[in-house]
Amino acid sequence: MKTPSIINIQRIKRLPSGIVKQLALLLLSLLTLFPLYFMVTNSFKIQDEFFDNLLGLPQSPILDNFTKILQHPNLGSWFANSILLTAGSVLFCTIIAILAAYAFAQMNFPGRDALFNLITPLMVIPPIVMVIPMFVLFRQLDLVNNLGGPLIIYAGLMLPFTIYLLRNFFVTIPREIQDAALIDGCSGFQVLTKIYMPLSKPAVVTSIIVNAVWVWNELLIALVFLQTEELRTLIVGITTSLQKRFTLDVPSLMAGLTVATIPMIILYIIGQNALVRGLVAGHDK
Amino acid sequence: MHRSFQSKLTAYLYLSPALILITLVFVYPVFDLIRRSLSRVVDGETIWTGLVAYQNALRDPIFWTSFSNNLRLFISIPILVLLSLVFSSLIFERVHGWRIYRSLVFIPYVLAIPVVGIVFSYILQANGVFNQILRATGLDSLTREWLGSSATAIWSIMFVVIWKELGFGIVLFLARMSSISEELYDAAKLDGAGWWQQMAYVTIPQMTTVIEFYIIVNMITMLSWVFSYVLVMTKGGPGNSTWVLEYFIYQKAFPYSQMQIASAAAVLLLSFALLLMFLQARLRPKAEGLEG
Repeated sequence: MKTPSIINIQRIKRLPSGIVKQLALLLLSLLTLFPLYFMVTNSFKIQDEFFDNLLGLPQSPILDNFTKILQHPNLGSWFANSILLTAGSVLFCTIIAILAAYAFAQMNFPGRDALFNLITPLMVIPPIVMVIPMFVLFRQLDLVNNLGGPLIIYAGLMLPFTIYLLRNFFVTIPREIQDAALIDGCSGFQVLTKIYMPLSKPAVVTSIIVNAVWVWNELLIALVFLQTEELRTLIVGITTSLQKRFTLDVPSLMAGLTVATIPMIILYIIGQNALVRGLVAGHDK
Repeated sequence: MHRSFQSKLTAYLYLSPALILITLVFVYPVFDLIRRSLSRVVDGETIWTGLVAYQNALRDPIFWTSFSNNLRLFISIPILVLLSLVFSSLIFERVHGWRIYRSLVFIPYVLAIPVVGIVFSYILQANGVFNQILRATGLDSLTREWLGSSATAIWSIMFVVIWKELGFGIVLFLARMSSISEELYDAAKLDGAGWWQQMAYVTIPQMTTVIEFYIIVNMITMLSWVFSYVLVMTKGGPGNSTWVLEYFIYQKAFPYSQMQIASAAAVLLLSFALLLMFLQARLRPKAEGLEG
């Protein structure tokens, strides 16, 4: 009679702790998803329903809010600006970072480690610190209200992280591979493009996703350097211009926020693993 | 000899685009900012003003309001560490659906702060969802305009920052936990250690480095990356109650055109960020030494 009762006690003890853990994680998930739920469901409601039925699903879902947003005269150019800025600055940064990371990882030159150790801490410098001098400089160079201005700044701001990530990946590639290729008559640049690039595709993809998320969502620099309505990025356009315009028409504002968020959700679904890998790189051992 | 000289030259050639861009975006602005904070241009002539701009910034009560709000936001760091530890270990134990939970909790990371801020400002408004829930559960006395009263606004912003930043902590800690040797847990279990004891004597000691890293990242976040929350959720208000240093610098530089004070405040912010980094660098070898 003794043995079964012990098993019973263990069961009773185990079950609640399992339930508590599930409940804790469910609660966290609910809290995490709630703002998204709030944003999406309310974007399908008519204005009156928003006030009467804040929490529920839309009683008769409508698409009018989305058509209203999509008809906004500047939405197309905001979207194009965001795409151009994100693609341009990430590409620019990635190419420059690959070259630098290759030098840091596989070449010998005086001051290599000191220089690398100076570059990584630059991630700590608050962006607002750069904004004033860059604004004054770019105004003289006619790079304010010009997509080229923020493109250069974004590429520069992303560089320390990207070099850090890629260099740490490149050092794991055995140097013998490089030496063998050089003996076979490859130039240093060919070694980089034919051997290092294909081998480090996961790291490059990771850095591209991390950086793209950041540029797409950036507010401060886009706000300061792109001041005319047509030059706004999607995030700035939706959150500053539409926030003012639709203060009373919350469902339309929510539709705008949803539209601005969809690309990032798609990116997350496709690139989640690469994203997480890049952000925890170096801390999983 | 010739070859080695050539290879050095090649290395600098590969590095030069990065170095040029870093000089333009990081090095030049820092020096220019320091120059700007110490001088003023009148009729095309530079007049050195010494530390006057710093005195003006430091005498401005709003500067101190802003700085103290950054420090208030630091309170979120122990909360974030604790919550990340708890939830990452729950997911680590492979409870049912752990993969789904891991994916869900990281979603806030990809959302834009302005979007999150606007959505939360509707959730937290006087007749918003949060107050409705409070009323429904009989907590009427707690309802208020969370972002509209100076007593609660900065704390409400802190709540949203925690909401946004927690996923990174969970995923980061989870990655580190996955690499802790199973043998350590087996040994602890053999010694009769329960969940809390395993946490205290195995998990946390193994994670000192990553916890320290997460703390530093969050200190930098609370100091240098909270501008967007403030701008979309409160615009610094009510009054000046939610100004942070970034917002102070932005306001002085652009709407007010007081570039000199803004530059001085920016140098102060930068010094503080570098001080934190320096402290971390001093702590670092110790932490790594402990881990062996």
